[in-house]
Amino acid sequence: MKSFTYQRVTTALDAAKAADKTPGSKFIAGGTNLLDLMKLQIEKPAHLIDISKTGLNKIELNTDGGLRIGAMVNNTDLASHNVVRRDYGLLARALLSGASGQLRNKATTSGNLLQRTRCPYFYDTNQLCNKRVPGSGCAAIAGFSRQLAIIGSSDHCIATHPSDMAVAMRALDATVETVNVRGEHRKIPIADLYLLPGSTPHLENTLQPGEIITSVLLPPPIGGKQIYQKIRDRASYAFATISVGAIIYPDGSGKLALGGVAAKPWRIEQAEALLPKGSKLVTERLLAGARPTGENQYKIMLVERTIESVIQQAKR
Amino acid sequence: MKFDKPAGKNAIDQLKVVGKPIDRIDGPLKTTGRATYAYEHQIAETKPAYGYIVGAGIAKGRIEAIHQTAAKSLPGVIGVITASNAGPLKTGRFYADRLLAGPDVDHYHQAIAIVVAESFEQARAGAALLRVDYVKSKGSFDLKKAGASATILNPGRPSTAATAEVSSFEDGFKSAPFKLDEIYTTPDQSHAMMEPHATIAKWDGEKLTCWCSIQQINWGVRDLANILGIDPKNIRLISAFIGGGFGGKGTVLSDIVAASLAARLTGRTVKITLQRTLMFNNTIHRPATIQRLRIGADADGTITSIGHESLSGNIPRGFAEYTTTSTRTLYAGKNRMTQLKLALLNLPEGAAMRAPGEASGMMALEIAMDEMAAKLKMDPVEFRIKNDTQVHPENPKRTFSTRLLVECLQTGAKKFKWESRSKQPRGKEEGDWLLGMGVASAVRGAPIMKCAARVRLSNKGIVTVETDMTDIGTGSYTIIAQTAAEMMGIEINKVVVKLGDSSLPESPGSAGQWGAASSTSGVYAACVKLREKVEQMFGFEPGTAEFSDGKVSVKNKKYSLSKAADSGELISEDEMTYGELSREFAQDTFGAHFVEVAVNKYSCEIRVRRMLAVCHAGRILNPKTARSQVIGAMTMGVGAALMEELVVDTNVGFFVNHDLAGYEVPVHADIPHQDVILLEDLDPTMSPMKAKGIGELGLVGVAAAIANAVYNATGVRIREYPISLHKILESSYNLEENN
Repeated sequence: MKSFTYQRVTTALDAAKAADKTPGSKFIAGGTNLLDLMKLQIEKPAHLIDISKTGLNKIELNTDGGLRIGAMVNNTDLASHNVVRRDYGLLARALLSGASGQLRNKATTSGNLLQRTRCPYFYDTNQLCNKRVPGSGCAAIAGFSRQLAIIGSSDHCIATHPSDMAVAMRALDATVETVNVRGEHRKIPIADLYLLPGSTPHLENTLQPGEIITSVLLPPPIGGKQIYQKIRDRASYAFATISVGAIIYPDGSGKLALGGVAAKPWRIEQAEALLPKGSKLVTERLLAGARPTGENQYKIMLVERTIESVIQQAKR
Repeated sequence: MKFDKPAGKNAIDQLKVVGKPIDRIDGPLKTTGRATYAYEHQIAETKPAYGYIVGAGIAKGRIEAIHQTAAKSLPGVIGVITASNAGPLKTGRFYADRLLAGPDVDHYHQAIAIVVAESFEQARAGAALLRVDYVKSKGSFDLKKAGASATILNPGRPSTAATAEVSSFEDGFKSAPFKLDEIYTTPDQSHAMMEPHATIAKWDGEKLTCWCSIQQINWGVRDLANILGIDPKNIRLISAFIGGGFGGKGTVLSDIVAASLAARLTGRTVKITLQRTLMFNNTIHRPATIQRLRIGADADGTITSIGHESLSGNIPRGFAEYTTTSTRTLYAGKNRMTQLKLALLNLPEGAAMRAPGEASGMMALEIAMDEMAAKLKMDPVEFRIKNDTQVHPENPKRTFSTRLLVECLQTGAKKFKWESRSKQPRGKEEGDWLLGMGVASAVRGAPIMKCAARVRLSNKGIVTVETDMTDIGTGSYTIIAQTAAEMMGIEINKVVVKLGDSSLPESPGSAGQWGAASSTSGVYAACVKLREKVEQMFGFEPGTAEFSDGKVSVKNKKYSLSKAADSGELISEDEMTYGELSREFAQDTFGAHFVEVAVNKYSCEIRVRRMLAVCHAGRILNPKTARSQVIGAMTMGVGAALMEELVVDTNVGFFVNHDLAGYEVPVHADIPHQDVILLEDLDPTMSPMKAKGIGELGLVGVAAAIANAVYNATGVRIREYPISLHKILESSYNLEENN
């Protein structure tokens, strides 16, 4: 860990201003990802801005019947909130499938969205990684890639986004609200939050420097059977090999997003129209253009099977 | 005391304390955080400095330069130790690895430097500032490729022979009406124990004291002396509590050497713990194997030939993985052949991990047995029973001291309701899950080693036992206390046990499943001497008094035990040594593992539903700690079967998944229900304790039982561990198939 300076702010606007003032600074909330990365010197911020006391820790009903989730609401509180459990079961299930009780108690909503990949080559500073050191190369593509991306990846990076929560939010059409140093508010549909790696895998999202997430909006409840199916080698405390977050209606229509396959929650709305026709066609459309490695080719079949499993579960 | 003829009745047979499910006497210390582990010691009147080990960033090559200016100018940094200022270093006698690299680098994350600073954070920050120039060279990282130029190991003594042939295997196999010939692979595995390797080192002149975490104190002293080139008499190792070892802390590794060197060069007391990310490549691991099993049998299920060839790889001077050991003892069969091959690899060193050899060998053999039973259309339990042998299959003159393999299998089958298993694979479903059951035999040698102990009796009637035996979470403290209490006729709360200090009498430590039987026998010997001293104090003939309820009596003469120490503490020390019984008899432990799994028919995720181990390991000294050993081992077997794999990147030459997020071991949710049956049967050929070890037996065979259950559930046979879901998905597995 490199030495750093630290300040605590009490409003999101102050946080944005502080970030603008000190280049190379980072926001810290729960610290469940950032601190690990700092110890390994993968992240080397000169300055930390603690946003945990910004008061953004409320879950409120919105005037449109939807939900406004403060950026600092922790994963445990969000998963156990009455309205979330009643109307957004997909989100509660996705949250509870992730990490451990202790981590969920610390991890925040915006921190969860912005957590970084778990690619093992990203985590080892001796290895080539374009995300960590732009232009250095990628050891993962020809290396151990069983857990890594099959779609939306590039010759520069095959890292995945590890969040379960983000997959649910993508299927639920969440919107991220931000504020910047000038006090300007912006609404970013979650579909537009993440960037695919291309030739700049170190750029992961569309937030501008200093722009800070203040909340996540969920649209009014959309009903349906809400299923989060996370596939993993052990029964708990593991990142998804792949996951499917789905809302399925009695007529067989629905929405779904995938985790563990790309640098962002993967959703192709056009594929959803094929849901009543079965998992095979949906998967073909969803994963059209997939470019798996030899080691993670199995994910394509696994996605199809898991979607099939979800369709069958929704019928029960 | 020398043990050279089978034990008769003795004081232990009273079983007033021994054999009882007594709670760990060190349990309250551990559950309240008062058990002091290596890194936690507060050394009086010293402000320790902190060391941080830097691991090599390449797999093989040479260090051209280590640029240290930036690190040394960081506030708090005291010094940097590298091969250029460390002085001459040798290697230990068990691990072959050089524990400080330079100028050559032998494997990834081999220690190349130690940064010492006033705080841990400063040392870590300093370590990140070292800039190292390497010249990489090509290495051998692919076991399969390296196998082409592997060496066949020469035959040796029967118990350790690498290569053996009885009758004519090839002819026997060729003519067998039923044949199996398959290749099985096991991956590199990590011990992944909870407590990382850690040491606090302090020099007083020529005397070196290390508070450390190692399983075999005597090997530790020997190896540290050898590595540093100092007199073993000047070394004291203290390792009173160990947070898990599994063979991964057998003797000296880089933390002890680094702390000792750093303390010597800086003149400070130095604390070092290996960072978790270094443990997987810096230290040792269970090496990967490629094994070929051939079994030939008659139509009635009699095995006529059995062949087991195995390849593993290692650094120069490293061992081969002795996977064939169990095959040589477990089943009958006239024509036999086993062969070990060792290839050169430039990966980290492969060495002992819980049940070394047996664990990975039985992962292969016991799938092969299941496959053979299927070919013969026999029940896998019956097939194993059919091929039981009561004499050593390579030497019929040598009988087993005790062997209840058949009873283990039968008892387990009944308890597990084996008869409810579908005879056809993929015969049972429950919702989205396919259910299956599997079985495997277990066998593990029961070595016993000489062990010394000292016992002291105070005038308060307190008996203190002292030996350098260690407790790696196994229950050594408790069973040693039970032994002393039984021998001296007192309650267990009157016994104090001091372990893990090289200044105490020498034990063989915790390894090889020999710790429990060996250390309690050493304590037995010392207690026999102490009893004689007590008898002498009371004017009794040696060996005539009864020690019971804190009293010592002969007929109507009765004294309090404590009275014997009225005029001063009574101290006895002895060592138990052994004669030829272990050559005369094949001494082994046996067992059977039964497992039920559920495999999701969509995702092919595998979840264990229930497990049963039936173990036969001589006298069970404490059923509670023994059971804990077995359920822990079974859990490790689940890891081996389903998830544990150090993934080799053959381009870079390292284990990629070197943290606990990447190297998965089972969590609670993976282990729903475990049962253990301990089939007690005394073995008087072992020692007066009539006990054997059990800690490794509990692991041997578990993974194969799971693999066999997966086959029974799905009809898919996976011969490459771990049985990951993608292997089933990519096999002939068919979602739609129904019964």
